[in-house]
Amino acid sequence: MEIKREDILHLADLSEFKLSEKEVESLGKDLQDIIKYISQLDKLDTENIEPTYQVFEMENVWRDDEILEQDATREELLALTKEAKDNQIKVPKVL
Amino acid sequence: MKIANKKVTAERLVRDALEKAKHFSDYNIFTFLNEEGALKKAREIDEKIKRGEKVGKLAGVPYALKDNFLSPEGETTASAHILEGFKSPIMATSVKKLEDEGAIMIGRTNLDAFAHGSSTENSYFGPTLNAYDRERVAGGSSGGSAVAVALDIVEFATGTDTGGSIRQPASFNGVYGLKPTYGCISRYGVVAMASSTDCIGFFTKTPEDMDLLMSVASGRDPKDMTTLPDYYNAGDGLTDAACPSDTLQAAQAKSSRSTEHAASVKPSRIGIVKDFDNESVDKEIRLALKNKIDLLKSKGYEIVELEMPALKYALAAYYIIVPAEVASNLSRYDGVRYGFRSEKTKDLDSLYIDTRSEGFMPENKRRIMIGNFVLSSGFYDAYFLKAAKARTLIIKEYEKAFSKCDFILTPVSPNPAFKLGEKVNDPVSMYLEDVMSVSLNLAGVPGLAIPAGKTKNGLPVGLQLIGPRRSDKSLIEFSKVLNDNNEGGKN
Repeated sequence: MEIKREDILHLADLSEFKLSEKEVESLGKDLQDIIKYISQLDKLDTENIEPTYQVFEMENVWRDDEILEQDATREELLALTKEAKDNQIKVPKVL
Repeated sequence: MKIANKKVTAERLVRDALEKAKHFSDYNIFTFLNEEGALKKAREIDEKIKRGEKVGKLAGVPYALKDNFLSPEGETTASAHILEGFKSPIMATSVKKLEDEGAIMIGRTNLDAFAHGSSTENSYFGPTLNAYDRERVAGGSSGGSAVAVALDIVEFATGTDTGGSIRQPASFNGVYGLKPTYGCISRYGVVAMASSTDCIGFFTKTPEDMDLLMSVASGRDPKDMTTLPDYYNAGDGLTDAACPSDTLQAAQAKSSRSTEHAASVKPSRIGIVKDFDNESVDKEIRLALKNKIDLLKSKGYEIVELEMPALKYALAAYYIIVPAEVASNLSRYDGVRYGFRSEKTKDLDSLYIDTRSEGFMPENKRRIMIGNFVLSSGFYDAYFLKAAKARTLIIKEYEKAFSKCDFILTPVSPNPAFKLGEKVNDPVSMYLEDVMSVSLNLAGVPGLAIPAGKTKNGLPVGLQLIGPRRSDKSLIEFSKVLNDNNEGGKN
């Protein structure tokens, strides 16, 4: 399929990217090439084949419903952000 | 590997490693050198040895840590701008296990940002150079780790392998590199790329070292619910006392499947994949494969030719499934809680968007956008669902193959190390480098890259040994049969 300029802008929007004009062009070309390559899967017959989403062979690994010891404290985690105030992370205005 | 004792101190080992790391600084191997921390730990171990106290299996052994493993020493950046300044308060389970046995991290190694790449050229810190030819790539994404071991700076290095990121750089630099069975080593505390294919593994100079590291690092981790019971040290994975009974039942119920490995099997039949031995593969790599096949024949092994037609779709399936998981895993990087944050943004939306636009490398953006494409409504069935079905066919093909042979021997990549800059602007040609390595990750089976000689120009050639799930230990053991020239490491 053909990837148009508006498709690139839509995908950038879904990905939370703001692209420069140069990036729209170069990513447009790259994505077109990649999609062309992965589209060869069309040729593979997958009639009546179940999908596989994970290869871990076990299911339902249970544990007791209790809080385990945490590796990091609240202070350590808050120290990672650029700005914290009253035990909360500070960001620019939302609205 | 050299382990500290009364005669050779840990401090000596660590000082030597740090000196070599500085000597080779122009290879751009390390993103951080842990001089102070490493020497402090070394002295502590030496004190213990002096007092006659018990020390661990890896006492004083210097190692290099791929920079996508979280530990409080140095910043964990995954070679990505967006994680700049991130000093982790937690330690990955695998790192903790190594350090509990006395291993000492002397530095963090360079990678393609977020492990997206096959050359280490996608790093925010620039490319790592190949150990044998400075005009060529180290391979990737764990390029720094491979070169650190190949140049004998450290005894071993950690890596992550989502589609070949350990095996390919190992083969480009002539060392051993293992991608274990999915779930063998805890992923807790490692920067996630694609959760259903990510594996933790190692680079070493010998199979014996690989075995030692696996015995230390593998096993169930309550912090990673996708870890298997400790089969590596138990032999068959079904006798782990710490394993909850329901899990044990689940394991037993499935243990009869042909992808499972019976520990007692002595390999006698080695499979080769016809599709991986054709014109598109470098002549000298084909020759290296032929030499090892001849060696096996001379030792009495039966060579089984395998037809695995679905494998030629593995790369397409991989570059759908993995970007989908990447898009999901990398949505967490928004500049709010940790790492880089774009400055002077006017509202929360622009904080997210500006941080992500400035913080990701072009390859990160390609994969995130491809991931969002294959998951979008209208394309989901044609791409993501189709790839998930292809994955089933690939798994079945491996199951069938392992009913005919014990292990499979193939090249790791179609070419030896390529020139810096040669493929960096052509993503599809870069992806094609992964064509022989990705199917293992989709199937969850282990693969060991082994050194297999050099090209006329002196570039290392690697081959990969593939086994059924949980065959890691016998795979490592079997690789000794193929090591006729005592290969592994440059010096």
